[in-house]
Amino acid sequence: MSTAVAGVAQAHEAVHHEESFIRKYIFSFDHKTIGIQFLFTSLFMGIIGGTLALLIRLQLAWPGRAWPILGALMPNAFPNGIMRPDIYYSLVTMHGTIMVFFVFTTALVGGFANFLIPLQIGARDMAFPLLNMLSYWLYLPASIIMLSSFFVDGGAPGTGWTAYPPLSALQGAAPGTGLGQTLWLVALFLMMVSFLLGSLNYITTTLNMRAPGLSMSRLPLSVWALVVTATVSLLSFPVLLGAAVMLLADRHLGTSFYLPAGIVLGGRELLHTGGDPLLWQHLFWFLGHPEVYILILPAMGMVSEVMATHARKPIFGYRFMVGSMLAIALLSFLVWGHHMFTSGMHPLLGTAFMATTLVIAIPSAIKAFNWLATLWGGKIRFTPPMLFAIGFVSMFVTGGLTGLVAGSPPISIYFHDTYFIVAHFHFVMASAALFGLLAAVYHWFPKMFGRMMNERLGRWHFWFTFLGIYGTFFPMHFMGTAGMMRRIYSPEPYAFLADIQPLNVISTVSALVLGFSQVLFLINLFYSLFRGPKADRNPWQATTLEWLAPSPAPHGNWDEGIPEVYRWPYDYSVPGASQDYIPQHVPDVAVEAEAPQSVSGNGVAEAGDSASEGEGES
Amino acid sequence: MQDDMQDRGRAQGFGILLALWAVVIGGVAFSIYAGQRWWMPELAAAHGERVDAVFRILLTLMAIVFVLVQAALGFFAWQSGRREKAIHWHDNPRLEITWTVIPAVVLLGMTIFAGVVWAEMHAPVPDDALTVEVTAEQFAWRIRYPGPDGAFGRTDPGLISRDNPVGVVPEDPNGLDDVVLLNELRLPVDRPVRILLRSKEVLHSFFVPEFRIKQDAVPGRTIEVTFQPTRVGDMEIACAELCGVGHFAMRGDLKVMPQDEFDQWLADLYAGEADGESGEAAGEAVEAGESGESAGE
Repeated sequence: MSTAVAGVAQAHEAVHHEESFIRKYIFSFDHKTIGIQFLFTSLFMGIIGGTLALLIRLQLAWPGRAWPILGALMPNAFPNGIMRPDIYYSLVTMHGTIMVFFVFTTALVGGFANFLIPLQIGARDMAFPLLNMLSYWLYLPASIIMLSSFFVDGGAPGTGWTAYPPLSALQGAAPGTGLGQTLWLVALFLMMVSFLLGSLNYITTTLNMRAPGLSMSRLPLSVWALVVTATVSLLSFPVLLGAAVMLLADRHLGTSFYLPAGIVLGGRELLHTGGDPLLWQHLFWFLGHPEVYILILPAMGMVSEVMATHARKPIFGYRFMVGSMLAIALLSFLVWGHHMFTSGMHPLLGTAFMATTLVIAIPSAIKAFNWLATLWGGKIRFTPPMLFAIGFVSMFVTGGLTGLVAGSPPISIYFHDTYFIVAHFHFVMASAALFGLLAAVYHWFPKMFGRMMNERLGRWHFWFTFLGIYGTFFPMHFMGTAGMMRRIYSPEPYAFLADIQPLNVISTVSALVLGFSQVLFLINLFYSLFRGPKADRNPWQATTLEWLAPSPAPHGNWDEGIPEVYRWPYDYSVPGASQDYIPQHVPDVAVEAEAPQSVSGNGVAEAGDSASEGEGES
Repeated sequence: MQDDMQDRGRAQGFGILLALWAVVIGGVAFSIYAGQRWWMPELAAAHGERVDAVFRILLTLMAIVFVLVQAALGFFAWQSGRREKAIHWHDNPRLEITWTVIPAVVLLGMTIFAGVVWAEMHAPVPDDALTVEVTAEQFAWRIRYPGPDGAFGRTDPGLISRDNPVGVVPEDPNGLDDVVLLNELRLPVDRPVRILLRSKEVLHSFFVPEFRIKQDAVPGRTIEVTFQPTRVGDMEIACAELCGVGHFAMRGDLKVMPQDEFDQWLADLYAGEADGESGEAAGEAVEAGESGESAGE
């Protein structure tokens, strides 16, 4: 079965065909082009999402202040330069929605799963190239629909990225709950279908199209992470898909999935009956929690690759790294209720979810310690990808630790819906996942575009971003301890928040630095795209298969035939070898003295057996 | 060229060390300063001691791990930048099991402790607890006291009007003495309280930082929130669940009073002569059930 699929994909390449511009760059079936399309669209959406965040921060640092420039550019939203409260709520909603679904998921998964998987497993393309093309061509229209909600009557929804009913189900209950919310739901629906199509490809390709000799225990951690992510995605997205359909039905078809009897809005008692707002929360978070692991797992896998390469050292604890990924994936389905401790669900459920949430901290801790152990004893090159990989660990640890507070109900109910939680998820998502993404971009840019990015600009970018992130989000922990709630247009009504403003100002000033320093990245990216120094096949001297292909990789990937794999991906600094790395496709090399712990293979049962294996095994 | 890269690399490595140790020191210093200035408001409820204890223990744990890991990260990165060749060391199952088991044991302990405190927070209150109904709406808190009979009148959402903000059914005798206040909740100190939390249309959340409580108000449900105030003072109720454009301004006054003052105030309220401190509707606390028109809200 697997050989047939592989055969079809290979046979396709035996025919040399001319591709039109449209077929090559627009409606491309090539996984690399599709991956790059995902990345650039995510970049565009990221600029928008980031701008929305800066507007939010301006309002929170200086509530009610007039901004003449904004008043001139957007007189409706900023009458006399002052932000309207309903606009604020749309900003908060769209910032979250865009960043989670239209930037990070699309870049990390759509971008990198597409680009990396066939290259790292020695395949010429994905198993289903047409489905792959469709998955991007659902993302682009979905993004357009999502952004269009800003321009319709009533504006973009102001119900939070979580869109809890009844607020989101009742037209007129909140700003943007008219057409805006409907467009939001439709865009999200299309986006989720896109993710599902992608996931089908990532799993099928990895299971069926690996090069000869590439057993699962020789897979790079990046591929493991992406496949596990795809599995989690496939099992969780359909739940939100269904939930979104039910919400659309409540809004437009008079159903009452989420709406109980007795709601009085606009002076009238509504006719809905029998529904429960908590149903949405359960369904949303059943996807929502795995979603955050969908964001972090690819980052973790790619950081492991970057670290091993730039520290010239095998990743520490390969088996535990794979095992912890699987544990995280499984447990991620069992913790969703920790978003709902104050929801009104039975307290015993709270106890159960607390237990599972604290358990999921364990595999995360294992990974953090393994990265530390990878760095220990390495010979590090502080390239931009490596800097971001190290920064990733720092961010992940900070964010992960505050998760322990968020996961303990007695204290979590104090912090729920405060800025403590905002700090927590911005450290694990906006920071850690961002750093993983940036590490991956800097690392694989040469393979994507055949040029090197500028190192000095990359370092500056890292330093400003690292300090900017800590400056923006660390103060939020204390806004939360002081009790500052989320999603408030201004803290001014509350006496207990009277002293909070210095924190808001520090956070906003840092955010402005953070935001503007991304320009360094944009300049570097676009300049290097056209004028960067040409890259070799393997500028980082890495071991994984993609570095065998030309830079950039051509259609069909392998100009010298599909490689055969003889070893695991982490033969760095093998004692006695002539170079400090042995690529996966290189058969046995002579090594001199045998040191006790120099196992050039992987850690599993085949340890010591690094002889070539002709058959591909699953 | 190679040496140049080595030197630049070492400088970057040293920079990482500095940055991460700055994060550690800055983080700790900021936290200590914040602990004086922006910490949780002074506790005012009985279960809060245990809640704050859970937080203190978690905070200590987090601080230790944060400092050790960030410092180690910086140190390892710096050390490795100076090395000539990496060591080929990538497996040590015993080490891995150790750093799996130790966090697991610590986390298990935390789970048990937090679980016990969570259960304590839900211990039933005695029947003579003061029961007050709080109905959240866009964008205000309607506080209903049951009157001398101690019983709440039935409500019907269809009867909600400006003069009957929670829709008390006039035919129900229990409701005749109910009093509904706007954005004002008064409680006696050192006596258990039971709040019956409801919502008129969308999700809201009843948050009193000093009490360390927060509970979502869900339409279609009446949710009990129980606690015992331990300190006299003026506090605020904040809405903690996005409920529309006025969410940020949905504030209520909460006043905890000595028992005798509270008893007096309540008696005056029931007699129809209490003067409220917030909103004119409080001063005109209308005896629910007297007016029958439904005006648009």
